[in-house]
Amino acid sequence: MKIIQSIGVGLFLIGLAIFTVMPFLGNYTLSEELVLANTKDIHQEKMAEILKPMYGETYASNFSFISAFNENFSAYNDALKEESKWDEVIWDDYSFPLTQSSLSSPVRDNPWLFFGLSIGLAVLGGLMYNLPKHQDEPAGVKNNGIFHSSMKNRGWMGMITGAYLILFYIILYWFPAYIVNQVWMVTPLSMILSGNPASQWFLYGTIYTLAIIVMGVRMFRKYRGNKYQQLRTASVMFFQTAFAFLIPEILVLLNQPYFDFKNIWPLDYDFFYDYQIETFLSSGGVGMFMLIWGILLIVIGVPTFTYFFGKRWYCSWVCGCGGLAETVGDPYRQLSDKSLKAWKYERVIVHSVLVLAVVMTALTIANYFSGFALLENATNQLHSFYGFAIGSVFAGVVGTGFYPFMGNRVWCRFGCPLAAYLGLVQRFKSRFRITTNGGQCISCGNCSTHCEMGIDVRWYAQRGQEIVRASCVGCGVCSSVCPRGVLKLENGSTENRINEMPIIIGNDSIKINA
Amino acid sequence: MSSNRHVVIIGNGIAGITCARQLRKLDDSVRITVISGESKYFFSRTALMYVFMGHMKFEHTQPYENWFWEKNRIELKEDWVKKVDFSVKNLLFQSGEYMSYDDLVIATGSKPNKFGWPGEDLQGVQGLYSKQDLELMEENTRDVQRAVIVGGGLIGIEMAEMLAYKKIPVTFLVREAGFWSNILPKEESELVGRHMREHHIDLRLNEELEEIISDPNARVKAIRTKSGEEIQCQFVGLTAGVTPNIDFLRNTELEVNRGVKVDFGFQTNIPNVYAIGDCAEFHEAPASDRKQVEQVWYTGRMHGETLGYILSGKKVTYKPGVWFNSAKFLDIEYQTYGTVPAKWDTENVKSFYWEHSGGEVAFRMLMDLEGKILGVNNFGFRLRHEFFDQAIKEKWDGSKVISKLDKANFDPEFFAPYYIEIQKAFKSQFGGDIKVSKKTFIQKLFGASV
Repeated sequence: MKIIQSIGVGLFLIGLAIFTVMPFLGNYTLSEELVLANTKDIHQEKMAEILKPMYGETYASNFSFISAFNENFSAYNDALKEESKWDEVIWDDYSFPLTQSSLSSPVRDNPWLFFGLSIGLAVLGGLMYNLPKHQDEPAGVKNNGIFHSSMKNRGWMGMITGAYLILFYIILYWFPAYIVNQVWMVTPLSMILSGNPASQWFLYGTIYTLAIIVMGVRMFRKYRGNKYQQLRTASVMFFQTAFAFLIPEILVLLNQPYFDFKNIWPLDYDFFYDYQIETFLSSGGVGMFMLIWGILLIVIGVPTFTYFFGKRWYCSWVCGCGGLAETVGDPYRQLSDKSLKAWKYERVIVHSVLVLAVVMTALTIANYFSGFALLENATNQLHSFYGFAIGSVFAGVVGTGFYPFMGNRVWCRFGCPLAAYLGLVQRFKSRFRITTNGGQCISCGNCSTHCEMGIDVRWYAQRGQEIVRASCVGCGVCSSVCPRGVLKLENGSTENRINEMPIIIGNDSIKINA
Repeated sequence: MSSNRHVVIIGNGIAGITCARQLRKLDDSVRITVISGESKYFFSRTALMYVFMGHMKFEHTQPYENWFWEKNRIELKEDWVKKVDFSVKNLLFQSGEYMSYDDLVIATGSKPNKFGWPGEDLQGVQGLYSKQDLELMEENTRDVQRAVIVGGGLIGIEMAEMLAYKKIPVTFLVREAGFWSNILPKEESELVGRHMREHHIDLRLNEELEEIISDPNARVKAIRTKSGEEIQCQFVGLTAGVTPNIDFLRNTELEVNRGVKVDFGFQTNIPNVYAIGDCAEFHEAPASDRKQVEQVWYTGRMHGETLGYILSGKKVTYKPGVWFNSAKFLDIEYQTYGTVPAKWDTENVKSFYWEHSGGEVAFRMLMDLEGKILGVNNFGFRLRHEFFDQAIKEKWDGSKVISKLDKANFDPEFFAPYYIEIQKAFKSQFGGDIKVSKKTFIQKLFGASV
């Protein structure tokens, strides 16, 4: 078994290496036809003129191509800005489509080959590593050695992994022109699914889904003998693959709007943006259904389901961010900060994001229905600020890149406005709580250590108190790591759900008035 | 109470710390000092093994953040007490400093038993109780090819699990015919024994340590058993129980036996001196199924709670409720409620035992001749404490307990409903009016098979 696992690691690293060197392959030649084909009508003439110096020239790397592009392009824009001719400035970013179309590379010629060599090998290697794990061990908690691992305890391997992820997100969000090779690599797959060429987001979706599947397999191995963990993992794998990845692409193939049916506002922050609403309204019955479905989820789905099951029905069974955190992020769950101070920050930050999202959306809707009389295009600035600060930096770069530094739920805990909304319902009106088993807690701290949301579970357990916290996503790991069987996730009566008085059992010397 | 009264607690384990916290909750003015040379901050002793195995870091075993103590005005003194002068109410520390007290609480816990085996003080031979023991064990288990553990109890099996993490083969010598057989009935003891062997632990029953053999550097190189076998090993774990850690109090006017002698108010023979936790020994056992020295986490907590009340001036005495305990044997969780001794008088006690065909899940219930519940053992699944506390206190009929077993189930959602099988087995064995629970829709949907 060891050999298969070692080969797996080798294949994964080869795949990763090929994926990483891909941007350095091929060369770039721009022509006037490409510029005309990839720019908006209103910019075609201007762009063709601006980029004239580049025509026919072959650039050996994306660095030289993109810098030549930027040089020409900003020379033009800067000149206009200097003269304050703001309406003539070209605000659109054409670097990605032009770099992509100028490319000639072995990847573009043999996309499937490179897909197999990079993502394919990484997936295969990951499965070869994960499937034989814990094979000759009896079922049980497999947390051995976590804090002796350089990957899982902020050692050099964790640091490198975190740095790689952060770099990947920065390139993906703000410099996609550098990864056009990878986008070409997944283009045939995109053509099959949606009939459209791939974007960097399709590339990201593909990797994201495969990562959840491969690491989901790891969860099955790690939590062998724990039905709750297995079903939960199967659920997030299913929702990511079907709802977040395949169904939206297939909708596009059927000429319907791209839509992720499980993505709920305000996590899905552009749900009420004017162009989104236009899309819904202009797509006939299906578009109307999407709009109504989305609104129903927000106003009826979230409160109802959360009342019955707590926020876990979404955060650790359905959500895509949660899905990544629970699978890819599981090796890092123990790194979350459990201090009281962190909890104080958490409450302020996560609710501020919720308020920001609500205000932004309210302004957007008001603006839309007033025919843009209210703020004209100012909502766009608000959108781009929110998209940059929350959607990209917080949810992406910090949310995922920081797994190896601060645990796997940084985004969910500190940033997600939907988690804040679900949490408010969970805290004040829900049947869900974690119950503790009388006086059986030995304060060992396994529960708190392995809580990804940074909840000091032990604080409640050792007092025999039921645990009701807005942030608890109901992952159930505290229950599975408890060596004394003290914790259980339950949906019960809402009466006496929050018991301030401890209920330690077994000592008749003293009476604590309940 | 005068506001400048100084309560000094020696020992920051669960008993000492619980006492300090309770006292602070009830009395805002009293000055409280907790002394420990082991570690400045309170940590959970039961979690030491998880630190060794890398599940946690040592900081994670500390239930309270470091600011907690100052905020609650519980002074922490990091030192070992060398001597107590009861006549002038003064402590002498190893550092040479002194501290005076008005009330003294002795909560010094235990130390591993040593029975005078030849070679028991060699390098590489140790017990496991304190933080220092853990550090020593880190040291002692480097470059070890084989380890031997002597004594079949909870610390022994924990040590075996720790060594298994380091991939060190373990031979486990147990003097009795079964693992922990002074506590566990035969079937349960066998169940745990099987599970240990499944984890590749070389369990030797009816086998005793004769001698620990030294190499030229005063390090252990082998052991010899009573049956004459010599086992090469570089580490020996001595886990044949623990003994009160009160050597520094012997030969003083304090009355001691195995532990510090106390009444049910934890009062020793000297006024204003109390003892709680592992190191206290009651003049008589608190209940028929209890011992004079209670060396369990939960009893330590209860001692601390009760003495906290007493020190705040409340008139209470130690009255433990229904017995309970729990442990984890490698992967198998164990809980017990009420009285289940290793052996019972079959004339007066009826036993019901159910074991799952996989051999890792089991349930036992003892009843008196009228069929009233005395206690339960459960392995591999979880049962609700409150439920059994009530059932045993109110002396429910065994069949009533079994009928309501679904309410007592504390397993996570979607887990196999073992209680259904237990109900069926009880019904076929004892008959009676028992309604066997039906699988819920969800259980059927996910094919929850037992």
